[in-house]
Parts: sequence; structure tokens; C-alpha cells
Amino acid sequence: MSKKSRLLLAAVLLTAVALTLSSCGRDKRVVLNVYNWGDYIDESVIDLFEKTYNIKVNYDTFSTNEDMYVKIKSGGADYDVLFPSDYTIERMIKEDMLHKLDFNNIPNYKYIADRFKNLDYDPENEYSVPYMWGTVGILYNKTMVDEPVTSWRILWDEKYSKQILMLDSQRDSIGVALKMLGYDMNTRNLEELEAAKQALIQQKPLVLAYVGDDVKDKMVAGEAALAVVWSGDAVFMKRENPDLEYALPKEGSNLWVDAMVIPKTSKHKAEAELFINFMCDPEIAFKNADYIGYSSPHTEVVIMLDPELVADKAAYPSEEDLVNYDIFKDLGDYLKVYDRIWTEVKSH
Amino acid sequence: MTRFLKKSYAALIYLFLYAPILILLVFSFNASKSRGVWAGFTLKWYRELFQDRQIMKALYHTIIIAVLSSTIATVIGTAAAIGIHNMKKLKRKIVMNLTYIPVVNPDIVTGLSLMLLFIFTNFRLGFVSLLLAHITFNIPYVILSVLPKLKQLDKNLYEAALDLGASPFYAYRKVILPEIMPGVITGLLLAFTLSIDDFVISFFTTGSGVSTLSIIVYSMARRGINPKINALSTLLFVTVLLLLVIVNLRTSGTTNGQNKKQAINGKY
Amino acid sequence: MKKNWLSYPYLVWMFLFIFLPLLLVLFYSLTTRTEDGLRFTLAHFQRFMEPIYLRVLFRSVKLALFSTVICLILGYPMAMILAGNGFKRKQVMVFLFVVPMWMNFLLRTYAWMTLLEKTGLINTFLSWLGLPPLNLLYTEEAVVLGMVYNFLPFMVLPIYSVLRKIDKSLIEAAEDLGADGFTVFRKVIFPLSLPGVLSGITMVFMPAVTTFVISRLLGGGQFTLIGNLIEQQFLLVGDWNFGSAISMVMMLVILVSIGVMSKYEKENEGSGLF
Repeated sequence: MSKKSRLLLAAVLLTAVALTLSSCGRDKRVVLNVYNWGDYIDESVIDLFEKTYNIKVNYDTFSTNEDMYVKIKSGGADYDVLFPSDYTIERMIKEDMLHKLDFNNIPNYKYIADRFKNLDYDPENEYSVPYMWGTVGILYNKTMVDEPVTSWRILWDEKYSKQILMLDSQRDSIGVALKMLGYDMNTRNLEELEAAKQALIQQKPLVLAYVGDDVKDKMVAGEAALAVVWSGDAVFMKRENPDLEYALPKEGSNLWVDAMVIPKTSKHKAEAELFINFMCDPEIAFKNADYIGYSSPHTEVVIMLDPELVADKAAYPSEEDLVNYDIFKDLGDYLKVYDRIWTEVKSH
Repeated sequence: MTRFLKKSYAALIYLFLYAPILILLVFSFNASKSRGVWAGFTLKWYRELFQDRQIMKALYHTIIIAVLSSTIATVIGTAAAIGIHNMKKLKRKIVMNLTYIPVVNPDIVTGLSLMLLFIFTNFRLGFVSLLLAHITFNIPYVILSVLPKLKQLDKNLYEAALDLGASPFYAYRKVILPEIMPGVITGLLLAFTLSIDDFVISFFTTGSGVSTLSIIVYSMARRGINPKINALSTLLFVTVLLLLVIVNLRTSGTTNGQNKKQAINGKY
Repeated sequence: MKKNWLSYPYLVWMFLFIFLPLLLVLFYSLTTRTEDGLRFTLAHFQRFMEPIYLRVLFRSVKLALFSTVICLILGYPMAMILAGNGFKRKQVMVFLFVVPMWMNFLLRTYAWMTLLEKTGLINTFLSWLGLPPLNLLYTEEAVVLGMVYNFLPFMVLPIYSVLRKIDKSLIEAAEDLGADGFTVFRKVIFPLSLPGVLSGITMVFMPAVTTFVISRLLGGGQFTLIGNLIEQQFLLVGDWNFGSAISMVMMLVILVSIGVMSKYEKENEGSGLF
């Protein structure tokens, strides 16, 4: 072996050993694994938490509820705090996947507005602490759409062929079709579902793409005229591109709540509750709400926020605006039906 | 005339291959986030890149995994190659066919089969599972790089060393190893690059909080255009270019090591 | 030289991490979990035979075949140019051809995203020319383009390495016997390069038919391919049994196509899969 290659090998081995040692030996702090939606926190809040409590946070993101659910269910990952949406929380409670929270450790829970407590997915409010809430609506570009946007039907208008972005999420897209047809978003009626499927298949040629988080980038850049979006994202996009406007369709839509929960696989329940409490601290909750633009269920935050934002119907619709707005329910066995419909639409 | 045609055809193909990459590189210095218009020179995206917690952590993981997996795969693979070389013909054929399985198998199947194994055995998905997966798909490439060198080896060398009183181990270390060293190093570098490059298998076998650069790029690309990715591409491209120049200088004169999938070429 | 034991760690490793996992996939594809435990079933394979899934398989094979044919048409002349002796700096040319391939394929795919968008460079250029913007991204064509871009080198390099080894005297002999350029190509060069063409076809077709990334990024979630279907079953739906069954079908498609290819293969160096 030449000297050079021997040196090279030695160097490679040494770095390997050094790097491994440094990665196991460095940290003796408790590690809290947090699993949240992408782009759904002001990252400085994590640093602040780490410094305040001397707990290391391993922050990870997912892009759909289903994605997250499968990861947790398969048991391949051990997270301590999750941020699922209403119907997924309902499902996880049913399947005994969540810890009951000890609210003595979460005194900041008192700041959560009453209208977000004891909702159907967690009727006794034992498992979850609301983080953000919002609606699903239509975001449109005023330079490309000059008629008033009031109905889901505009997403089926051939004028906007290849200028429509739909969500790549089965519950949301099937829900939109159901509402357009005047049905309930949680329907288990197979005829209604069949009609929704046909509507989505009929709409497919008009759709530019089924998107996830990239909807923000696309709409801000003016890649499409109309998109189905979550209200918080709409606030963010309107800030980035003033040509954009958000509309709540008259047929009604989905009202959702994302909440913090602790899965049974967590080994650090006390620290996880500390984290949840920290997220409900008025200053911290304000930072998050201000950064991500989603609507906060926090009473103090609503006072601290820019009054203009709170007046914006996109961000903070009143309860009167939300007639006909359903919260998703867990579908149980009907999930398979929804799943099949979505596969059929996507593979058509 | 034909020479001119050939030249222009080659030029067009190179343009097709390089234009997207070059545009990516150029736009990594673009001051505006918009991708159609040039709005002045900036290093902003590079600064943001280095300040991004997730990306920096992923870089760290990518490098450790690549270094560890390629080293371990080289040790196991070189030993295995020597063993296989000394096998009887039939046995060698069987083992070689097994070796080709991970090379031929679609990455997605390799990845998800490993995921099933880890979850089935209640093995926590994360750094270690990722490392094991990378070693697994690296070993065959090391074996396939080392075996040809063993075939070229003069058997008499080893026997001569033994006749001169060397112990078998000493003879191996002093005679065989230096002879096959180019193959071993090629295998190491091949494994290293494949590990850095892998996305699909990592995507399935990683767990909470452990991401590689590829995984980060995928999740960022799914969120839309992000100039930070351009900056990252530029840095990676330059690194890869440097690595390749080094490898190529090592093996100049042969086409060995130029083709990442060269290992499978001989097979069909 | 009895050094067989040196390969034992490797054999154990392969058993644990290659053989066992594949066995698990087979196991999952053939079983279903009911209230009274595991049960053997072929239902997952039957389910795959339904039209909606067959359509996905058909689309995957169609797009992969398209890409393979385009790669062959574009790649063969390029391989001939690289293998010919028309240019002085051939080493450098081959090297340059290989470099992009080493760049992460996600980045290469991403590069096309930025080019094909409505506000991307190509459309900016078109509107600068006064032409209307085209809808380029999120089409089947974009997916095929992504495949061709990513896998073209896999076609060119095997052909190149076979062409390089062709005995020049054969060509000269044919010319001496009065064959014109085209006849030489048709009767001598092309038949001799077939092994390279075949391995090129396999090496393009395989990754193209199994990809889920290119179709996701350039297809905008509209063109579900078999790879997407598998990914969804494992990561979104959580139906591992069905996912495993699709994987088995896909492996079968791959193995059969390799089998067919290698059957035509004449120069086998004795270390092949079949």
C-alpha cells in the first residue's frame, strides 16, 4: 500500500470515528422529538425553548395528516409532540394512540378561546391543545380572474383550464367536490361520493396540478389563477403578492383545528407537556401566529396582533361567516372508500 | 461536412445536458427570487443556506453516513471479494448472482423491503437504520470494483511470498493488498458517491429527525422553487466535479470508474 | 488459497439485509391480517388486476418505453461520436458526458422545474419573442423529458463501450468488399453493438418504470405511476400488504425484462444473473 493511500485511509477512518464520537458523546440533555407541519412554526421559538429549559428539540416536519399517521402507527418513529388536525386526532383517540394530558402542567391552556374547547373530535378535551385554526377556501389572482369568486363552481369553469391548482390531499379535494354539489363533507352516502368522484374526474383536465405546500410558491409567482388553499397560507400569500385575494365559498367549506397531542410512544411526557405549555405562552403564541399567518385560538394573541389582520375575514372569520362549515370527522372504515376514490381520480 | 454535423450534434447534446445545470448555477446568484428575470448579483442565498438549521444538520448526516457506510462497505466488500475469488466455480456463480440483486432491484423495492425489516423487528428507524441500509447497497459495488483486480492478479506472486517464508496474512498484506488497492480505492469512492447521491432508499429507511441532503432537497422541491436549492446545487456540483477529476486522474487511461453504473455493464 | 471465510461476514449481511427483507415483502404480499390472525390470500394481487391499477401499470410502462426509445434515438449517434476517432480530446469529451450524471438526480429534476414553469426561463424567453406562454410543466411530456434527461447517459455509455471494442479491421474489410457507409453500419456496426444497445435499454427502462420522484415533481401529482402507487401504499395509506403485492409485480416486470434482454445477449462473461 502506498504511503499516500494509507494516509488517505487513515484520515477517512479518523474522521469517521471522530464524527461518530462527537455525535453520541456531545449531548446528555433530554431530546424532545417534535413532529409538525412544514413551515408551521417560527423557528426561533425552538431555540428559545431549548435555552429556557435545557432540553434539546429534534424538529421534524410532515406534509399531510395521513403521512404523519402512518409514520406513528407503524411504530418506526418515536415522537413526543405531534400537531395533527381534528379528524386525525379523533382517529388516534379511537385507536388509543394518545396520552391523556395532565392539564396541571399546562396552565397556559386558560388562554385558549372557549369556542375551540370541547369540540367533537375531543369532546371532554382530555387529549389535545389547539394550536391554529382556519378554513379552506379559494385563493385567486385578481389580474387573471375578474368575476367575483363566490362559489366552488368556478373551479369547474372551463375558462380557467390549466390555471387551477387543487390540493393533493384526499379529504380536502373530495370535500371541495362534495360541498360544490351541496353535500356534507363527512358524508358516508355512496351515491354522493360517486357524484363527487365523477365531478373530480370531470374537473381533472382543467387542473394544472395537485399540489401540497408548493401552492404558496406557485400562487405568489403567478403560475395559476385559482387555488384551493388553507386560510393561513392565504394570509401569507396575500402579504407576498397583493394581487391575490381569498374567498370563502357560499356553499360552505371545511373548518379545521390543528392541535398539539402526545402519542403513547413518547418517553418524555412531562417534557412534552412543558413544550405544549410553552407554545401557549402569550409571547410565544404571538410569535408563531405572526410568523406563519394562521389564525390563533389564543385569546391574548388576538389582542396583540395587527388589528387589520384580525379584521380580515380570510384570517379571522366570525362565527356568522361560518354557517355550513363542517369540521372533518374521522371516517372509520369509510376511509377506504375515500382512498379509492382519490386513487381513481389521480390515476384517471 | 460530416465532421461538422458530428460536432454540432455533440454540441447540442452537451447543451441539453449542461444548460439546466448552468442555469441553476447562475440563478443561485440572482438577487430576486423570481426565476425568469435577472435582478443583480447576490450571495444572499448562500448565507441563508448556511444559516438553515435543517440543511446544515442534513449535510452533517449525509457526510457521516457516506464516510461510515463507504468505509465499512469497503472493508466487508474487499474481504468478500477475496473470499469469492477463491471460491469454486458453482459457488462463486451463486454468490455473484446474489450480489447482483441489490444492483438490479429497483431502489424503491430495496428501500421499502428494508423499511419492512426494521419495522417488523421493532428496530427504531433513524440514524442506524439509515447507515445499515447504505452499507447494504454499497457492498456490491465495492465487490464489483475489487474482483476485476483480483482476476488480473498473478497467482505466483502470493506463492512466491509464501516460499520466501512470509506468513499467509503477511503475504496478503504485503503482496495482494497493494496489487488490488486501485480497485479498493475505486470501490470506496464509488460507494461514497453513491451514498451521497442516494435518495430513494434513504427516504424509506430514515426516521425521526434524521434527514440527508437528498431528502431535504425533495421536501424543499415539493414546496416549490427555492433559490437556496440553487445555491446548494452549485456547491454540490463543484464538489462532485472536483471528486471526479481526482478519481479520473487516478484511473486515467481506462474508463474504469467513469461510469457510476459501470459495475453493472459487464453483467448483461 | 483457502480464504473463503473472508466472505462470511458479507454472506451473513446479505442474508440479513437483502434476502430477509425481500422474503418479508413476499410474505406481506401473500397474507392479510384478520381478527383470527394471519391468513394466506391472493386478494392483493387480484386487487392489482382491477382496471384502475392496471391503468397505472400501463401508463408507467408506456412513459418508460417512450423515454427509452427517445434515449436510444438521441443516444446512439452520440455514442458513435464518442467512440469514433474524429476528435482529439476524446477522453475529455467522455468525461464531460459523465459529469452531469454524478449530480444528484433530484437536483437535475429540480432544474427542469425552474425551466418549464409558466414564469420560468423558457416562457420568459417566449414572451420576450412576443409568443404566448406554453403550458410545459405538469404534463406527460415533462415527465418523459425528465426521464430522458436523467437516464440518457445510461443509454450512451454501454453503447459507447461496446462500439469502442469493435475490431476496426472488420469495418475496413467490409469497405474493401465494396459496402457503402450505410451498409457497413447496418450489416457490421449495428449488429456488433447490439449487446450495448440491449444493456442501455435495460438501464434506462428499469429506473424509468420505477421512478416516483420525476412524476411527482414534473407531473404535479396528475400522473400516478407505479412507483407513486407503491410509495402511497407504504407512506400515505399504510396498506403494506397491497404495497408489497405491487412491489412484487414490479420486480417481476423488471426481472422479466432483464431476462428477455439477456436472452438476446451473446457475449456473456459468465458472471451474469441468468
